[in-house]
Amino acid sequence: MTGVSPSVGALTAEFGSAILRTVVSCGDSIVYVMRERAHDVLAWLKNTPGQEFDYLTDITAVDYRDPERPLEVVYQLRSLGRKADLRVKIALDGSAPLDVDSVYDLWKGADWLEREVYDMFGVTFVGHPDLRRILMWETYGEGYPLRKDFPLRGHFSRAEQVRQALAANPEAQYSLEELSLAQAMHDLPADMTERLRRGERGLVP
Amino acid sequence: MVVTPPAGGVELSAVSPNWVTTRLDFLSNWARSNSLWPMPFGTACCAIEFMATAASRFDLARFGMERMSYSPRQADVLICAGRLPFKLAPVIRRIWDQMPQPKWSISMGACASTGGIFDNYAMVQGIDTIIPVDVYVPGCPPRPEGLVYGIMLLQKKIKGESFTDPDLRQEHLLDDVGMFLPPERVDELSEPFGNSIHQTRSG
Repeated sequence: MTGVSPSVGALTAEFGSAILRTVVSCGDSIVYVMRERAHDVLAWLKNTPGQEFDYLTDITAVDYRDPERPLEVVYQLRSLGRKADLRVKIALDGSAPLDVDSVYDLWKGADWLEREVYDMFGVTFVGHPDLRRILMWETYGEGYPLRKDFPLRGHFSRAEQVRQALAANPEAQYSLEELSLAQAMHDLPADMTERLRRGERGLVP
Repeated sequence: MVVTPPAGGVELSAVSPNWVTTRLDFLSNWARSNSLWPMPFGTACCAIEFMATAASRFDLARFGMERMSYSPRQADVLICAGRLPFKLAPVIRRIWDQMPQPKWSISMGACASTGGIFDNYAMVQGIDTIIPVDVYVPGCPPRPEGLVYGIMLLQKKIKGESFTDPDLRQEHLLDDVGMFLPPERVDELSEPFGNSIHQTRSG
């Protein structure tokens, strides 16, 4: 597949100035959109006949270590019926908070993808139902590991990392929401359900 | 075959081989070292080699270890096969604490022993900062022969243990969190080495 995706022209005609620029890289069409209109653009791409990007392949982010553009959030879309791909990017402004509208209402699969981007890059997805860390543990206090200003070995000393790891409660890794999804609450011992109701998590003293 | 005692009475030792004399140390160490039930803690490619070690070609059953103890309550030796992230550190510590004495542990492979190539924010730099380790098996991953050699070293170590050693199996925890190494020792053990010394902490 080479050349510009036909969706790019349709997007420009529909949204005009909300489409900042378009790039073709290695045969893939990339569309940069305004942060404020990104949710409208993605909803239009999903729901419009002829576009039908019904599958959200991935959400990720890129840190360019550039004060002008600190982060780009990347949406990789796929239309299963049309066998077509499109990449949508949101360039975030360094001066503003890293907020993006959640697309969980469009693709349910965005749930864990957005949590991962939040966990690794610190991008807040407004409207996400359960925005928590997913790879690192909930009490992780060193920041967002995939940012370029994050030191490879972490901010804390190794001894402090070991101490915090040992202080974590291995039984407090699951939220009440996940447990009730699994219908496991009634099978748990009474003391554990009580601790979960109180909202107990791992502790960092 | 029926052993008929000779007439006139005789020492029991002359007629029956059913008792022996031995040292208690020797007997218990012999029994323990030849029936080590492993608690497999496989997190990475080392676990594949561990499975190969347990399977028919290398056959851990020759060492009385064929019974994988998936419950820590019945386990004797914890084999950490693979890298250990900080997220799993409290888990392996909990498993180690649940294992009854006498217990031993084998750190299998470069990552479990030192962090290996994973000198990053997420990885424990050697499980000896989390649990005590008896035998370190080098390799990336070690071949089954290497693990078998480590197991034989552990058996040799067990055969040298003594009941009268008051410090045997003493774990002195330093604080209520459960660190058993002082912080400066953990930092020293986690010092970068090899290629990773070129990467600075400041990023």
